[in-house]
Parts: sequence; C-alpha cells; structure tokens
Amino acid sequence: MMNKLSDLVAGRELLVNLTLRELRSKYKRSVLGWAWSLANPLASMLVFTIVFAVFLKIEPPVGDPSGLHNFALFLLCGLLPWNFFSNSVSSSIGVIIGNAGLVKKVFFPRSLLVFASVGAATTSFLIELAVLGVALFVAGSFVLPWVPVLLVLVVLMVVFVSGVSLIFAAANVYLRDVQHLVGVALQVWFYATPVVYPISLVPEHLQVAGWSVPVRFLYGFNPLVGFVEAIRDAIYDRRFPGFGDFSYLLGVSVVVFLVGFGVFSRLERRMAEEL
Amino acid sequence: MSTSSAISVEGVSKHFRLFHERNQSLKAMLMRGRRSSYEDFLALDAVDFEVPEGSTFGLIGENGSGKSTLLKCIAKILYPDTGTITTRGRMSALLELGAGFHPELSGRENVFLNGSILGMSKRELSRKFDDIVGFAGLERFIDTPVKNYSSGMYVRLGFSVAINVDPDILLVDEVLAVGDESFQRRCTEKFGELRAGGKTIVLVTHSATAVRNLCDWAVMLEHGKVMQVGPAGAVVDEYMGSVSGSPQDQSGEIRWGTGEACIEDLELLDTTGVATSRIRTGDSATFKLRYESPDPIDKPVFAFGIFSLEGIHLADPNMRDQHVVPERIHGTGTVTFAVDRLLLVPGSYILSASITDYGGGHHYDVRYGLVHFDVDVGEPRESVGFLSLPGRWHMDGAEQPPVGG
Repeated sequence: MMNKLSDLVAGRELLVNLTLRELRSKYKRSVLGWAWSLANPLASMLVFTIVFAVFLKIEPPVGDPSGLHNFALFLLCGLLPWNFFSNSVSSSIGVIIGNAGLVKKVFFPRSLLVFASVGAATTSFLIELAVLGVALFVAGSFVLPWVPVLLVLVVLMVVFVSGVSLIFAAANVYLRDVQHLVGVALQVWFYATPVVYPISLVPEHLQVAGWSVPVRFLYGFNPLVGFVEAIRDAIYDRRFPGFGDFSYLLGVSVVVFLVGFGVFSRLERRMAEEL
Repeated sequence: MSTSSAISVEGVSKHFRLFHERNQSLKAMLMRGRRSSYEDFLALDAVDFEVPEGSTFGLIGENGSGKSTLLKCIAKILYPDTGTITTRGRMSALLELGAGFHPELSGRENVFLNGSILGMSKRELSRKFDDIVGFAGLERFIDTPVKNYSSGMYVRLGFSVAINVDPDILLVDEVLAVGDESFQRRCTEKFGELRAGGKTIVLVTHSATAVRNLCDWAVMLEHGKVMQVGPAGAVVDEYMGSVSGSPQDQSGEIRWGTGEACIEDLELLDTTGVATSRIRTGDSATFKLRYESPDPIDKPVFAFGIFSLEGIHLADPNMRDQHVVPERIHGTGTVTFAVDRLLLVPGSYILSASITDYGGGHHYDVRYGLVHFDVDVGEPRESVGFLSLPGRWHMDGAEQPPVGG
C-alpha cells in the first residue's frame, strides 16, 4: 500500500495532465465554454428557490452570527458541496471503462484516472465557491476570513470523495450494475441530506409502521450531512463547525479513503483483462 | 547471467477466464449464484527466459501462442498468476500507437498528455518537443485537434512520442509497419540508433523475416510454452520448420474474381521441375498454374505475383507488359513462367496468380496467398532486404587481399 501511495506521488505530473485533459475537453467547441459549469447550479438554485421558498414557503434559518436570511444563499451553501460529491462520483464511476483503450495498452497507476476526474470536479467546485463568495459579499456577508476554514473542509471532502469514487470506479469494471445502482442511490441520498431544507425541519423520531425510527440520530451518520452543515457553518453562519463534527468528518474521510484505495489496488490488477 | 540481463522472466504462467456468457449484471449473477460460468485457459505455461542487456530480442510464434500476452505481462499491463518478471531500467511499450490521445485536443496538448502517460516529465517533454514533432513531420499541424489528423499522422505522432521516451528497454508489438516510406526509413534508423546505443529491444512478431533481419536472440512460443530459446537465426529456422511442416495450414488464402476462368492449381517448381516450397537464392525456378475456362475468353492476361510476408509486392511478371497475351482461351490448360535465376534473399515469400481481362479492370480469378515458399541461402549470399542484385564489387585505393587468400 505504501508502495502504491508513493507511485501516486511519482505520478503527480500525470495527474495534473489528466485533470487538464478532462477540463479542457469538457467545454471544447462550446461558445460559452466555462460559463456552462455555472449554468447548472444556477438553474437548480432557481428551481429549488421557486419550489421550496416561494411555493412551499420553507423559511431559511437566520445565519448565526452573520444574520443572513436568504433561501438562495442558504441553498447554494449546501448545493455546491452536494454537487461536487455527486458529480465526482458519477464521473469517476465510468472513467476506467471510458479509458479502456489506455488501460489495456499502457501501464500507469490506474487510480490516477479516478483522481483526475475528482480533480476536475474539484476545480469546478472551487470556481463555484468563489462565485458564491462574491454573491455572499454582495448580500452583505464578508466571508474572506472564513476561507481557510472552508478550504480545510474542501480538502477533507476531496479525500472523502476520492475514497468513495475509487470504490465505485473499481467495482463498476467487474459489475456494470454499479453505475445504475449508484445513480439511484445518489437521488435518494440527495434528499436524505439537508440541502434544500434546513436540518431543523427533520424530526427526532418518525413513526414508520408502528416503529419509532430515530431519524435525527441516523442523519448523524451521513457524512454528507456533516460536510454540508460544516460548510454552512463556515460561510453562511460564519462560525466554527463543532469540534465533534469536525473530528467525525476527519475520521470518516481518512477511513473511507484508505478503504477505497485498498479496494482499488486489489481490483486494479485484473482490470486490463476485465475490460 | 542475471547481472547482464535486462529482463528475466521466471516461471511465468497466466490463466484467462473464458466466459461462456459475458453477462456482468447483478441479475444474472444472482440467478446463477456466482458471477459467470467460465473456463480457464492457460495462455502462458511456466515461461522462463532472460533477455540480455543491449540485445534485440524477438518473441516469435503463431497467432494464439501467447506472445502478446507475454509482452503485456512484461509491460505490467497484465499480472502473471505465478512467477516473476524482473526488469532493469526504464521501459517503454509500443503496443498501440497514440493510445490515450484525446481527439478534441490539439497535437501539442496530446504530446504532453501522452508523454506523461508514458512516464516523461514536463521538462523532458519541453526539451524534446521539437524533436518529437519533427520526427513525426507534423510541424504545420501541431495545433490542430488530432481528430482532424489522417490515420497515418495519428500513428506517426504516437510513434514519435513513444520512441522519444528514451527507454532502456523498448517493447514493440508488430507496429513497425506504419506510415509512408520515408517515415518507415526514419523508424528503421531510429531502431538502429537505439540498438547502437546499447538499448534492449523486445520485438513481438510472427514475421520470420523481421526476426532474422532485426534480432540477435529469439524465443519461440507455442501454446504458451517456450519451444526454443537461442540465437535468432536458429530459432527462426526451427519456427519455419514447424510452420511449413504442415502444408495445409496456410489457409490464409484470399481469393476473388468473377470466375469465368479459374486458377485450378498453382505450383513452384525447382530446377528439376518438381513442385517444392523451398528454393535457394540464385537457383532457376518455374511458376506454373493450371486454369479452366468453360467459356471462351478473349485476350486474358495471366500474371504471377511475389509478395513478402508483410504483403509488399515484390514482382509481378504479367503477359500484357511482355506482349505475350493469347488471343483466346477455352477449356483447360497450363501457363508457366520460367525464371533463370530467382534472386530473392533468404526468407519467406508468397506466390500468387491472377487472370484478368486485357484492360486489367475485370478480375476473372485472383488467388493471393495460395503458395508460401522459403528461400534458403544460395549464391549470391545475401541476408538483408528482399532482392539480390547481380553485380560485382570493385574498389580502388585500398589494400587488396592476395588473390586466392
């Protein structure tokens, strides 16, 4: 495992090149180019704001201590991290199969393909966050001092997302159901994460067929809940995330990454013949 | 020997799973209770050999002998089930040229991308960039997306990047035949340079001629087993023996035509007029075909073609060019073409025959690859190229060996 990790360090230049390939080819031959990467979150923001804030009248929480009270900004602080997670996982999952020609003909650490697609998604994520920062500033919330906290959280998220992506990308080579399964799971997972609604709306317990399900307690295990809440703490509320939450995120990220990398290394050996 | 070997292959075996139904779905898996039913196929069976440092080493064998699998194992693309492969030095593999090129990106961007996939650093690439582009001859098109390249340009750029990795060990899988003649010549020169520079080259091929001409050592594989290791010439002789030992195994014939006249039979006759598949450089030989033409045909043109195993058309004696076209044929008959001295360099060749109309646009019967024959060492003794040119050497101003010495 240490060997494999040191291979990664040696392949960092290749990682940069593969990431650039992904980024460059994505918006090649489109007139608006990079502007498209912002179109998607903007459209979601409009739709969700109209449906949830206007039609369903969900009240956004008041930022404590920032005093912000704006559904669109509240939404974006959760939607951008979610999109990052979801885009990374869904683009990584087919990356080994999509590069079959390369995997079957050239030797290089295959995990770099996954890291490159996470890297490309991270780049978009950072650009989106920068735009959000400007929007927050315009709305009267000066987030600049909180950027270091945000960046630490982004790094943790990249580690976590890489781990998840590695597992699914490798598994999908052997069993193509994985990509469909994950597609469905992501949809459920999105609503199981407080992105479009504040977590305060989630009840402590829910009666399901006579059983009392401790929903709020179960939410605590979802790492995405942790990430979304911590990022909102940092840039919507402008306060430090709780130490317990932060430690949980750190632990989960590292464990998921190590498991993902271990699984990928195991499955990597026979990828060329399975494709 | 291990200190001077660039690659040691020790007891390498590799199984493949031959799936009966390629159904990688969860449903199918649950229904059967396991992933898929498969058979084990032994592609490599305890393969052992060493490639000496600085040598050009041929891996030879027929289709399905496991030679490409072995090359992929050496290139670390496949992992052997048992056994170990140790390589010393930087390795570059030419398995597929331009693998990993992105069609939407420009040639320049792809050079950097492909180069880094092959293990070159950015600084190294910047330094070699002009060489790479110059070698491929693509200076004018380097900022064009590669999807607009012709297939020749694509492959040339791929080859150029791969060859400039400056490897200690170069693995090549039958990709030498790319590009036009001038590019071919530069490739051959580049291989020569690498050999002269003490680099190790491993060449996978089923062309006996390529091994004979390019390699110092060779290993012959058959059904995943090593049949012979040794100096290239000896291994090739053995390989030729095993291939031509069964005369019916050349089912690779390609035949087309409308069939108004048919070539029933084609033979190569030796000096004594007996059909053969072996002949020596400089011997007389006769090509003979038997035809049948149920209906009368006016002015048919008969031709014999000689090809190298790579498909290069070396000669094509035909009746039209030599003004000997018959007025009409009807029924059966034979046509022969007698060669006083067959000046082919030792190697393997293909004899073909055709009957066409006088204009050449209408093919009655064309049989390509019907007869394979080998040329053995004769007089004059030559070993490189295809043709031996009758001629004499003369030199002025140098010390001559004493006459008869």
